[in-house]
Amino acid sequence: MAGLTYLKDVVTLALDEQRCTGCGMCLEVCPHEVFQMDGRTVRIRDRDACMECGACSLNCPAGALTVKAGVGCAAAVINGMLGRKGASCCCAE
Amino acid sequence: MAPSVGLGGASVGSAPPRLDQPFVTGFIHGPRGKIPSVSSALEKADRWGTFKARWGVGRMGYTVDPGLYGLGSPGKDSPVLVTANYKMSFDSLRVALPGRDAWILVLDTRGINVWCAAGKGTFGTIELVGRIAQASLRDVVTHRELIVPQLGAPGVSAPKARKLSGFRVRFGPVRAEDLPAYLDAGMKASPGMRRKDFPLWDRAVLIPIELVAVLKAALPVAAVMFFLSGFFGRGGFVPNLVDEGVFSFAAVMGALFAGTVLGPLLLPYLPGRAFGARGFAAGILAALALIALKGYDTGTAYGFLRGVSWLLMISSLSSYLVMNFTGSSTFTSLSGVKREMRRYLPLQVAACASGLALWVAARFFA
Repeated sequence: MAGLTYLKDVVTLALDEQRCTGCGMCLEVCPHEVFQMDGRTVRIRDRDACMECGACSLNCPAGALTVKAGVGCAAAVINGMLGRKGASCCCAE
Repeated sequence: MAPSVGLGGASVGSAPPRLDQPFVTGFIHGPRGKIPSVSSALEKADRWGTFKARWGVGRMGYTVDPGLYGLGSPGKDSPVLVTANYKMSFDSLRVALPGRDAWILVLDTRGINVWCAAGKGTFGTIELVGRIAQASLRDVVTHRELIVPQLGAPGVSAPKARKLSGFRVRFGPVRAEDLPAYLDAGMKASPGMRRKDFPLWDRAVLIPIELVAVLKAALPVAAVMFFLSGFFGRGGFVPNLVDEGVFSFAAVMGALFAGTVLGPLLLPYLPGRAFGARGFAAGILAALALIALKGYDTGTAYGFLRGVSWLLMISSLSSYLVMNFTGSSTFTSLSGVKREMRRYLPLQVAACASGLALWVAARFFA
């Protein structure tokens, strides 16, 4: 995705290598190829590609992944700041 | 369970899906009664519904009843595919599987697509487990596997779902169109099937809905600018309207065009990583084109002020609109959006306000 990379050094994704069992579940659910197998455990290949969807941490059976999950949507953040209820995003698809 | 109330035509709660929904072609006898069956071919009404939803017409009530459906003539060994009760999600799933027999388990996401609903948690583990029980899935199939779209993973925990329901969740490909290849490979996804890109067409189909939403806010603004253009300036009220008024209206529409059409289409080619930066760039392009068309004499203070004022206003509005496109994009993180908003929101407000101030000043400079 040339040209479609987001901000650098901002995401909250963290991996605890000690806990990782190398099951590969995170590789399966991540839509942006953030992870890579490295021997018997996983390592973070491209941290800036993470969109904090939370799929990996929710599906990691070892609890090795943490991320402050959320939807990267400015409209939802603005609605939240204005205290509008159902601070939701448009979700056009 | 939520009480059974009508929500945009779909019944919410524990009732099985109705057989009289327009896209249902027949039924299959299940262990607990009739299971509606559907075909993988779309009818004219399905295509028309998709078109309308893209333009924001009837999009909120565009739902199917949650529950179990049969695609083709599925049996006890047929795969079970899970989707959302947004009609467009349901349709894109069945249309991807011509000539195949499968069960489709529709979760109640209040008419929201899989990915967005997973982000909200309505396409989630609890809803999935509840829907498995409601559909008596254990008595419909002999195997204990479900195929959940990969983009449902932010809401569905496979380990937890297995513990609670006994069903093993397999995450299928991102795109429904890859399902036949995924199934034929023995439920194995290639790396390409797991990646969510944001190609031109995917960005383009989002334009109508953005355009319609922003137009509602932009039209009154354009009308006010048109009206204000009549005061002061070079000529009388009416000549001013013809000269600066028409251009003001066009300029607001130009900002809207830059922010909702140009920005999304040119997204990968616009400079900067932040959407706010890309939006400023798209706005500057549009503003320069408009100012050149209008032919302001930038050699005079009057023309120069007007040109600069519109450059500031159009680019800042475009920046704001493209920043709002983060929600429709497929790769922005919440932490990133918050960071860019802290930087760009003040910039947008400052640029727009100073642009407006210059524009008003120019009216007196005439």
